[in-house]
Amino acid sequence: MASRARPLSVIQWAGAASVALVLLCVLVPLGAVMARADWPPALGPGDLAAIRFTLWQAALSALFSVALAIPVARALARRSFSGRGALVTLMGAPFLLPVIVAVLGLLAVFGRAGWLNDALAGIGLGRVDIYGLQGVVQAHVFLNLPLAVRLILQGWQVIPAERMRLATSLGFSARDMRRHFERPLLRAVLPGAGLLIFLICTTSFAVALILGGGPRATTVELAIYQAFRFDFDLGRAALLGLIQVAICVTAGALAFGAIRRQEVGAGLDRPALPWPGDSAWARLFDVAAIIAAALFLLLPMLAVALKGLPALPSLPPQVWAAALRSILLALASTALAVALALPIALLTARLARPGLVEMLAFLTIAVSPLVIGTGLFIVIRSIANPVALALPITGLVNALVALPFILRALVPAAIMAEATQGRLADALGMRGLARLRHAILPRLARPLGFGAGLAAAFSMGDLGVIALFSMPGQGTLPLEMYRLMGAYRTDDAQGAALLLMVLTLGLFWLFDRGGRLDAATR
Amino acid sequence: MLQLDNLALTQDGFTLSLSAVVDRATRVAVLGPSGSGKSTLLSLIAGFLQPDLGRILWDGADITEALVAARPMSILFQDGNLFPHLSVFDNVSLGLRPDLRLSPDQRDRVAQSLTDVGLGDMGDRRPATLSGGQQARVGLARMLLRDRPLALLDEPFAALDPGLRAEMLALLKSMSERRGLTLLMACHDLRDAERLCDRLWLLEDGKLVLDTPMAGLRDAPDPILQPWL
Repeated sequence: MASRARPLSVIQWAGAASVALVLLCVLVPLGAVMARADWPPALGPGDLAAIRFTLWQAALSALFSVALAIPVARALARRSFSGRGALVTLMGAPFLLPVIVAVLGLLAVFGRAGWLNDALAGIGLGRVDIYGLQGVVQAHVFLNLPLAVRLILQGWQVIPAERMRLATSLGFSARDMRRHFERPLLRAVLPGAGLLIFLICTTSFAVALILGGGPRATTVELAIYQAFRFDFDLGRAALLGLIQVAICVTAGALAFGAIRRQEVGAGLDRPALPWPGDSAWARLFDVAAIIAAALFLLLPMLAVALKGLPALPSLPPQVWAAALRSILLALASTALAVALALPIALLTARLARPGLVEMLAFLTIAVSPLVIGTGLFIVIRSIANPVALALPITGLVNALVALPFILRALVPAAIMAEATQGRLADALGMRGLARLRHAILPRLARPLGFGAGLAAAFSMGDLGVIALFSMPGQGTLPLEMYRLMGAYRTDDAQGAALLLMVLTLGLFWLFDRGGRLDAATR
Repeated sequence: MLQLDNLALTQDGFTLSLSAVVDRATRVAVLGPSGSGKSTLLSLIAGFLQPDLGRILWDGADITEALVAARPMSILFQDGNLFPHLSVFDNVSLGLRPDLRLSPDQRDRVAQSLTDVGLGDMGDRRPATLSGGQQARVGLARMLLRDRPLALLDEPFAALDPGLRAEMLALLKSMSERRGLTLLMACHDLRDAERLCDRLWLLEDGKLVLDTPMAGLRDAPDPILQPWL
């Protein structure tokens, strides 16, 4: 192709440098972990139990998430009602919610002193327990159900309207719809969705930290933290890190293979499809599915808001200081993530090699934040005090975590912009920054805003690397909230949770909105 | 006979409003620029849209409120006519039984229908392995197999190259003549209309501005048709 024959521009060299930097930031810590790991590997019963628990809870979480998502996605695909768009948006919020806030919300609804147990006690029934395996799985379903619904709903959305009309004209019954539409769609979508959620849940740390723990409910990530933080056994932490990488590489290879042809990130606001074979029972079932999902996903957030509001005015100063640190960290991390992602996306679009992005995404997901954190600690401790660098390291790791999500949003738009605006710009002789600014960037404003919003939200809610490194007085808001929970200062923790939820969703909204405003004015 | 009796629909600020009659076994080309209401008209006749006013009658029976599947018509779109997970044979079979439980006699009819459109040996293939022209033939085979007296075609061959399009139109013409089909085809190319149809409707801004026989069209063309010639 002619475009490949042209020399790379400065921006594309920046893309190549960004790729190299990302590889360096992932592979050097991974190398340090490999070099430091105990050898020959000696895994104790606790470590083996952690591996078993990690796989088992991830499998259950994926299974329940996709199983529950099927009726919800089907109901949203075939029903129109006022407020549908707002409900779909709200139901997606748990994906952005800081894990620790989500867990606190679930505790407020399903915990020992939660609304559900109060209601059960009120009618003379026994209480349900949220700690241990069931709590970990429930929290993972809460966090991942929106993702599963989105992936399945997108499967419905790629069905051409003509094919639905054809089914209507051929007189399809509900059974025919299941056979010719739903089953092929689920066969195509479910393996990818399930494996992706399985992969996400294998890296579970914060959920296991709060709702799990103990020999029967410890994930590998939590075991790394314990080996690092409690025993300061770097050799064992590194060995567990390698096991975590092996689990993620296996799950990731399967998941990426399954979702390669799926498009993630499209909107969910297409009007409901005309649905052959509809019936009163189907309508009733759909209404029940939507209400149940909305209650499950929205009640914990409502609980956080209601319980946190009274505590907000009297929050201790260290919470506000931590909030300020979190905001600054999120902004820095977002800036770094965007600075890395944008040139990589432009380079990918220019070279027409989406495989490059997939490789980077795979790498940053396969090597979990705690593994990178452990590796960076090992590398840095020989030249500086890692604890003093807790915040910069956290910002760097958060940027790496957000990178695949930004690239996923950015690269298709960059390829499209290159294919359309780029050719026109070349024909007009536009070059360098002028070409980028006037021809390409306006087309990227929307996905860039969305991606930056995701990066900011993920960084605001991070409770991983910061827990590994940080000392009192330099923690972020999620860490401060965790300390308040550990000290049984429940009111303050609930106030901090509301503050964290508002800041996280607010930052996402600001970036996402900024991208749309910019796009709208051009 | 198809009667469109004072049919009117307003949707998103656009109004379609017309009355017309189509005799049995007549092939009508519905010509017009984009946004003139061609697809809306076919959707109204098919039952995908309900008119605000007016009636649709087939052989005197009012079918305005009839369910889509109960109407005496088959429909062929430009895209989305085939299910990618089903074989060619099964895609055609849907025209007889959506649950695909065919009797031996029905299987023979499906096979014959495929043979009629020149795809007799491709029943086991998946749509993705066929060319655009072959995919169009599969949709056509199913439409003909349904054996409904009225066929609605919404620019069904617009994505094909001119040679293939002419071939498909010739095939459709011979099939519809043999079966006495009444046919309405939305299109935006007068040459396609002339190849298949014996009557021409010209739509502009939701109004039927011309209803004329195709024969002799170029001899003394109506001035309104000038841009299309």
